[in-house]
Amino acid sequence: MKRQLPLAIIFLCGAFTLFQYFIPHEQSEYLYEFVALDWPPIIGVFALMLGIFSLIRVSWGKIRRKSENWPYAIVTLIGLAGMIATGLPGIGDHNAPAVRWQFNYIVYPVSATMFSILSFFIASAAYRAFRARSFLATVLLVSAVIVMIRFFPLGPLTDPVGTTADWVLNVPNLAAKRAIVIGVGLGIVATALKIVLGIERSYMGRD
Amino acid sequence: MNFFEKMFAIDRRWVYLTLFVAVVVSLLLDFSIPVPISKEARNIYNYIEGLNAGDAIHLALDYDPSVSAELDPMTLSVLKQCFTKDIKVIITALHQFGPALAAERIDTAVARHAALTGEKKINGVDFVYLGYKPYPVLIILGMGQNYRIPFPRDYYGVSLDSLPMMANIRNYSDVKAVINISGTSATDWWISYGNGRYGVPLAIGVTGVMATEYYPYLQTDQIFGLLGGLKGAAEYEMLVNTPGPAVEGMKVQIVAHAIIILFIVIGNVGFFAMRRSEKRKA
Repeated sequence: MKRQLPLAIIFLCGAFTLFQYFIPHEQSEYLYEFVALDWPPIIGVFALMLGIFSLIRVSWGKIRRKSENWPYAIVTLIGLAGMIATGLPGIGDHNAPAVRWQFNYIVYPVSATMFSILSFFIASAAYRAFRARSFLATVLLVSAVIVMIRFFPLGPLTDPVGTTADWVLNVPNLAAKRAIVIGVGLGIVATALKIVLGIERSYMGRD
Repeated sequence: MNFFEKMFAIDRRWVYLTLFVAVVVSLLLDFSIPVPISKEARNIYNYIEGLNAGDAIHLALDYDPSVSAELDPMTLSVLKQCFTKDIKVIITALHQFGPALAAERIDTAVARHAALTGEKKINGVDFVYLGYKPYPVLIILGMGQNYRIPFPRDYYGVSLDSLPMMANIRNYSDVKAVINISGTSATDWWISYGNGRYGVPLAIGVTGVMATEYYPYLQTDQIFGLLGGLKGAAEYEMLVNTPGPAVEGMKVQIVAHAIIILFIVIGNVGFFAMRRSEKRKA
């Protein structure tokens, strides 16, 4: 029963979602509306609670043990408490000035900074990675340079470079991307079917 | 270590410093870069231009502050065009860090339109902002049936049924297109479920690093237009005749790209010189 019940739930949910997708009938959509659209957010709320509990436990453990960089754990907990406190209904709300302030002056600059720093890593990685060590590496290098310089005002060369860059993006890039997407798609379908049919059970832990 | 070996193994901190100086200097210098308009950007512009006043589109803003430098100009330009053409806009933000950002961009677009034309666009009449709900796939599928399923109320807590603009809008059948401006995988869900299942015409604006991934969908007409990164944003700013931060940012991007290419060339010169010297020794 401990194994059969979860498998039955997975099979029913998977089969229902699969068949509903191909049945554009009102009754089918009604069922979907009241089953699929209501249950996952409810499950998500519990997952969120679990996540918050886990974050508090891990951060508190770091502070207690004085692990490496433990003061950052204090900042994490203060940030978590501050955002929850100011965003709770009754105290504030999701649009309250305090929430907006935290968003505009903490979340916004921090995430923008993190993303901007990436450009420095990309520059350094490009310098190291794009070496013409072999024929394929040279093809990669030349393609990357053509795609990068397509924005440059190059006088009479602007149009040919632009056309070549478009070709690189629309032919080899597209063919490779399609192969990857189709491969990944087939993999997803196979894995989903294995889960729905109970062949793949690793998500239940070791059995 | 000889000169070529040094070229081969420049410390990464020199790369960082050079890039930093180049970016700062290019920001300070006064020059401009021509912005040729691509077919995929023009397609979006022409599509919206071809709509009638009173038609509705859905603007899905699925991004967070980290990519706002690239995507904000797209959002503001599309909103400017819609407001100018008197096209109704339904706006959602399906990224957990996106709702407040989207609300502010809408406020900015409304204020700019008012300053430009003296006309105040009204929430619920000219546009509706639905905000955020978790699980993008479910929300996209839900809106395909009825906007009121995932969003019974808008971002400001007003019932959708009480908003005049929503009186004749039930689902994607009642909007002319979805324009998805995104820095997340929500774009994939819009392609698979918004366009794939419900057949709504879809155009996307994505970050520079994401853009190449979506060319296959352009060729198959699963999307009818594509704005890629700062360049795409600059193109749209030019199309709506409001050159702004994206056009300004193009000069920084070009200088940064030039620096990266320069380092690639230096690295390769060092690499070949070292290989030749090793061959001679052997």
